[in-house]
Amino acid sequence: MDNSIIKQHISRQFNKEMEDIRNKVLTMGGLVEQQVDLATRAFMNYDMESAETVVRQDQLVNALEKDIDHECTEIMAKRQPAAFDLRMLIATIKIITDLERIGDEATRIAKMTMRLEGADYYQDKYYEIEHLLEMVRDMLNGALDAYARTDTEEVIAITAQDSKVDREYTAITRQLITQMMENPRNITRALDMLWAARALERIGDHSCNVCEHVVYMVKGKDVRHVSREELESAVNAVNAER
Amino acid sequence: MTTTARKTHAIDISALSRGEKAIQDKPETCIKVEDLNLFYGSKQALHSVSMEMPRKKVTAYIGPSGCGKSTLLRCINRMNDLVDGVRIDGKILLDGDDIYDKGVNVAALRRRVGMVFQKPNPFPKTIYENVAYGLRIQGINDRHILGEIVEKSLRGAALWDEAKDRLNDNALGLSGGQQQRLVIARAIAIEPEVILLDEPASALDPISTLKIEELIDELKEKYTIVIVTHNMQQAARVSDYTAFMYMGELIEFGETSELFTNPVKKQTEDYITGRYG
Repeated sequence: MDNSIIKQHISRQFNKEMEDIRNKVLTMGGLVEQQVDLATRAFMNYDMESAETVVRQDQLVNALEKDIDHECTEIMAKRQPAAFDLRMLIATIKIITDLERIGDEATRIAKMTMRLEGADYYQDKYYEIEHLLEMVRDMLNGALDAYARTDTEEVIAITAQDSKVDREYTAITRQLITQMMENPRNITRALDMLWAARALERIGDHSCNVCEHVVYMVKGKDVRHVSREELESAVNAVNAER
Repeated sequence: MTTTARKTHAIDISALSRGEKAIQDKPETCIKVEDLNLFYGSKQALHSVSMEMPRKKVTAYIGPSGCGKSTLLRCINRMNDLVDGVRIDGKILLDGDDIYDKGVNVAALRRRVGMVFQKPNPFPKTIYENVAYGLRIQGINDRHILGEIVEKSLRGAALWDEAKDRLNDNALGLSGGQQQRLVIARAIAIEPEVILLDEPASALDPISTLKIEELIDELKEKYTIVIVTHNMQQAARVSDYTAFMYMGELIEFGETSELFTNPVKKQTEDYITGRYG
């Protein structure tokens, strides 16, 4: 199913409204992606300026969330959407909640970074989470692509990545515990790191949720809280005529 | 400040915890259409339509103008017999009996399958006589019996409270919405099994429409209902099953909740979402 599906209504105004929502979600997604990247790099490099940008950007993300919610409600009230249109609106309302939470997690990292300013116990930079960042960023990117293309092809790969993220998070935790046991003076730094890693791990979870909503939107199947096999069969299900 | 205890209701989660979807018994079929073809002269209006309409449920037919939905509805009480040049093959089984069999008494069939049309068509008589009409034709003239059935039917059609003090007024003095409910009362007075509704609310204002829809919901306790409607939201609201027809063919038939959220056929999707067909 290609995304031109939202442009085929007899009512051109309806097309415009649906496309407007889609564009805003993608804008919001882009902003959130940027926040995640910027926040984590700011944290790794003690870059206060970037951290402040992330916090400022969050207000924009929050405003977009409310705006998109409002538009979806209005379409429902005015046009009584059905089938794909209805599923797209429902999925969108849920997706933007996840995106907004991702923004919050990024902001959490940014604010933590800002508190580090002037602290004297930092010698090393926080590179341990760089790999985690890359994995999570790919997931978020893939989830947003899936929404943009109304395509579930990559969903399996993205959700599989989440297990890797969880493993990486566990590994980081273990490493940090070792550092804390070796020298209590590492504890403050290790805790900061733990919080950042935790935030990234949560971002991975939210990206998975976005994927699940996209599956509902495209395939009409609710794949929340289902086994991997059920997810695969839903994603691979081909509608009789589509 | 007084505090009220928060009420909690016991929820049966046993089915949920077993991971089962609430399983409903497969509904019993009331009307079964088998490979029905209908021709107006040389023009074919229905192309091998087959479907099973469950008992005491509401089935809605939707589709663009000229798709054959009214034609199909009219086949169920043989109203098309009255049209010149109509030829029908295939079967319609009502409780297992083919209504197109030779020897079927059409008048008796229409007593079992009542019909209500788009424009309310009360007779120019009193409200009482409108409802009693079908009974009088059957030879029932006992005032007590008639009075009882008239009241029951008007109550059944949610018109009793508005009409009880004016039973001897002319029915044409009622509003459009009231007239439509009167016609429904007239249809249910003879206790049919099936009620066919051909766009019953399309000539009514939104409030009267809601009253008719509310009534349909009550009527399905006792009757099998088939409704043709141009209003898709109405079909979505009132029906349990929906059939989408296009160019004389039945494109998709299924549970309303599924058909409106996740239709199987692209044609259905395009129609219900208002896309180019």
